[in-house]
Amino acid sequence: MREAPATAHGTEGKAGRLSDRLTLSTKRVLWAWLFLAVPVVFYGAIRFWPTAEAFWISFTDWNLLRPAQFVGLDNYRRLLADPLFWKVFANTFLYLILGTPVSLVLSFAIAYHLDRVRFLHGFLRALYFLPFLTTAVAMAWVWRYFFQPVPIGPINNLLASLGLPAQPFLRSTVQALPTILVPAVWAGMGFQIIIFLAGLRAIPTSYYEAARIDGLSERAILWRITLPLLKPTLVFLVVFASIGFLRIFDYVYNMNTNDPGGPLDSTKPLVIMIYQTAFKSYDIGYASAQTVVLFLILLVLSLLQLRLMRQPT
Amino acid sequence: MRMSKRIARNSFTKKLLAGAAFGIGLTLAGQAGAVEIEYWQYIFDTRVKAMDQLIGKFQAANPDIKVKQTTFPYADYQTKVSAAVAAGNGPDVVQLFYGWLDGFVAAKLIQPLPKDAFPNAAIEADFFPIVSAMKRGDDYYGLPTAVRSLALFYNKKLLADAGLDPNAPPKTLDDLVTMAEKTVKRDGAGNITSEGFALDMAGQDHQWWREVLVRQFGGAPYAEGDRKVTYGDAAGAKALAFYTDLQLKRKVGQLGFMDEAQAAFKAGKATFTIDGTFRLGAFSAIKGFEWGVAELPANAQGVRSNYASYFANAITAKAEGEKKAAAAKFLSYLTSPEAMEVWLKVVGELPARRAVALTDANLANPIHGPFLAGLTNAHTTMFVDEAAQRQITMDMVNRVLLQGQSPADAVAAAATAEQALIDRVTKK
Repeated sequence: MREAPATAHGTEGKAGRLSDRLTLSTKRVLWAWLFLAVPVVFYGAIRFWPTAEAFWISFTDWNLLRPAQFVGLDNYRRLLADPLFWKVFANTFLYLILGTPVSLVLSFAIAYHLDRVRFLHGFLRALYFLPFLTTAVAMAWVWRYFFQPVPIGPINNLLASLGLPAQPFLRSTVQALPTILVPAVWAGMGFQIIIFLAGLRAIPTSYYEAARIDGLSERAILWRITLPLLKPTLVFLVVFASIGFLRIFDYVYNMNTNDPGGPLDSTKPLVIMIYQTAFKSYDIGYASAQTVVLFLILLVLSLLQLRLMRQPT
Repeated sequence: MRMSKRIARNSFTKKLLAGAAFGIGLTLAGQAGAVEIEYWQYIFDTRVKAMDQLIGKFQAANPDIKVKQTTFPYADYQTKVSAAVAAGNGPDVVQLFYGWLDGFVAAKLIQPLPKDAFPNAAIEADFFPIVSAMKRGDDYYGLPTAVRSLALFYNKKLLADAGLDPNAPPKTLDDLVTMAEKTVKRDGAGNITSEGFALDMAGQDHQWWREVLVRQFGGAPYAEGDRKVTYGDAAGAKALAFYTDLQLKRKVGQLGFMDEAQAAFKAGKATFTIDGTFRLGAFSAIKGFEWGVAELPANAQGVRSNYASYFANAITAKAEGEKKAAAAKFLSYLTSPEAMEVWLKVVGELPARRAVALTDANLANPIHGPFLAGLTNAHTTMFVDEAAQRQITMDMVNRVLLQGQSPADAVAAAATAEQALIDRVTKK
């Protein structure tokens, strides 16, 4: 996508200077733009225009049924005064703060050791990657079944057979959020392991050899060589995982379908609040204001992380 | 890149083709000289089948009118209707939940029923009084073919296993609790393995609590056309305590057991559950045990109540002239005794006309009888936002069950929250 217009632009510049002789080139540019117009119009109409529209709707009281009326900053004022919004805001960052480090530490540990395994390496890697290929909804329902109370939930049945008290898991305001993170972390790990493996493989072995000759311990090698050289990989995965956890929806929605985001809003992220405001209460204006806030959060985080990436290692 | 191009082109071609086909279709319909009207409802297998039958019969009797049925998944239904009517196409006759009426009227999506074909006096004499939920000012905006009410489903096998008479379901709330206590099963650690009563606030229990239990404990859920919340008092607290005690004190059920009450009942792991006519289809597939239906239990003073709801059919604002006349004719047929009988047979929902519903044969029917008996004392809550109001009731119960809040505090907090919601929505 990004490359195509750049090439077109380059040829255009040339064509401008040598327009008398190279009409063929001009034609080519025109053709290129003609073909590009289809995706440009498509993206403009399907992606960018609705995004811009959401900003406008966030200043109205549109509810699908009545024509929209301009209400100024009312939706934003209501949002700031809405205790549910702050609860949901905190939940969203809880997913991020718990999910990102846990999933990265786990997947790095697995990748680090998997990198040294030769026996069945490919098979093990495939096993770890498998959950990433499965539909989130299907996985959420399987895990939801795991966490059910006695007599159908396997985990609680196991606890009961060991004489331990049954745990409420999804029916607890404290346990529900970490419970939902379990499949979310598990499913994302396959992808992260593969990226970590690629990052590990990209570190020249000569560095390790030199370090070993100099008598550095394995631990020192990990902290002084492996991790610093993995920084670009790490930054990429942190950005990727953060955006994923900030937008978490399918696991939350499907593991508690009878009360999505519940119990008592203890697992509700911003995206579910947006969905419910828009498509359950048909309060589109208010939902758009929430969307704009989510957009700003994602934008700020992405810019922050881009800046981190640019810093020399 | 290449993919998106192809998709864009494909869909463009398809649209062109669809447009052309639509144009040709219109021309053909015009040539035949018949008025074509469009009917919309959401996808639900038996409803679509019943409607196909009704359209067939209607067209046979009215060869000059053609009815085209269009269906959508329930989740998209409201969005599609408003988008289509706003864009000037869409249905001539549309199905809507009674609770959506205010939104549809405010948006001018539907028009009042013509008084010559549907005189108010006849409606009020023939239909169950719950159709008044379709009346605004002096106008009725729609009428249902069928209505739904709640009843108590009971598992005869579990009753017999506990030494109780499988054909004597509980008549009062006290009976219900006693029989639930006798039939509940627990393992050594005290975990429930089979419920006496299946609690499910996200299912129908919130309706049962609001319109039935609150009244049975001496309160009233709402006043002023359901625009003022009045359950936040001692009666409301007692009604809530009765419900939450089923789990906390009596320990006959547990919210979230087997995920949903209907799943627990279907699996034969719940003696009692409260559900609506619409569940009959799912329960008719039960093979492992016999089950029965009873009217919702009365309180000790014999006070009974019920919650009824329905999807009504209305004429959209778009239908004018001969289309409006055809739509009115079609709607008359949909609300005729004949259509109601077809609907009862195919869908299992109760006829909205008293004379059709309350026949001796229907009342004696072991399944339809208790639901029909419930209709005579049923209430329809005039929701402003059903999903949000249900959520408030669910949260109220969760605060007692999960956070140990007192029923009085929980009910007061819920009443305040619901009043704020109603005020916000109705102010606009």
